[in-house]
Amino acid sequence: MFNPDIIKPENLVYEKTNVLTDAIMHYCPGCGHGTTHRIVAEVIEEMGIQDKAICIAPVGCSVLAYNYFNVDAIGAAHGRAPAIATAVQRMFPDRHTFTYQGDGDLAAIGTAETIHACNRGENIVIIFINNGIYGMTGGQMAPTTLLGMKTATSPYGRTVELNGYPLQITELLAELPGTYYITRQSVHTAAAVRKTKKAIRQAFENQKNKKGTSLVEVVSNCNSGWKMTPVEANKWMVENMFVKYPIGDIKVDGEKVKK
Amino acid sequence: MAIKGAVVIDKERCKGCGVCITACPNSVLALSKNVNGKGYHYSEAIIDNCIGCTSCALVCPDGVITVYKVKL
Repeated sequence: MFNPDIIKPENLVYEKTNVLTDAIMHYCPGCGHGTTHRIVAEVIEEMGIQDKAICIAPVGCSVLAYNYFNVDAIGAAHGRAPAIATAVQRMFPDRHTFTYQGDGDLAAIGTAETIHACNRGENIVIIFINNGIYGMTGGQMAPTTLLGMKTATSPYGRTVELNGYPLQITELLAELPGTYYITRQSVHTAAAVRKTKKAIRQAFENQKNKKGTSLVEVVSNCNSGWKMTPVEANKWMVENMFVKYPIGDIKVDGEKVKK
Repeated sequence: MAIKGAVVIDKERCKGCGVCITACPNSVLALSKNVNGKGYHYSEAIIDNCIGCTSCALVCPDGVITVYKVKL
């Protein structure tokens, strides 16, 4: 197909980073987890902190994150990743501890740990994947599930009377004085991936400068849980998820961004 | 000055999600009629007008795409 003269090492413009292992990811086809893993790994490579980074893996779809990141890792109990990260970062203040959590882990089971770690202003980076559903266990309703959204445990759609409102935990955390940088991004297009990478880079730079908690929320798809093809799921995400979870910076340099 | 690009897809790792196909501005990629060892219709290049913009590689969840670019 292509001229073999082009395919030479000196013409290389993009390849998978070595901070990711060669293991084939267990994620469903088209899942935003894979993309987010890759960007985090690229940021670690660009900053040259592979031997200093410590990944705290959560419970959820990304429970096996330590198989894919070629850095030191600890598996935390469900929702307790920010608590483990607190301990690790206090033991090793010059390391880069980051947690990688889903919405069931961070916004449901781990609400207490998340809020208190952010309130203490622990010098950690939290990568938060929000797909509005419990993916690993089979598509049950999460606190972040949108109103009217059908899941395994809300087969007629989420209602306010029965299930309450979707939890915008990122906005909630931005109210706490301990958080320094809070942003919401996505990974469905090349432009969005570039912005997310910039945001994750900013979060790790803040940690290097010991500024406090940085949280990057990535609004992602869950095509298996939403029962759509990956491309349809991305489209649905833009039309529905972005209305409730608008993309953009929420708190920069410890100051809330005025809308 | 013309820019010529090329993509190399690791077809055994590709899961055929099709996200790269919608990301490509020049419609270079399409799902193959054949399947890989895991039974997925993998993504492949069908025309030779790649400009090496890396959009496909950036959105690929499994990091299977390597991009090359040359200025002629």
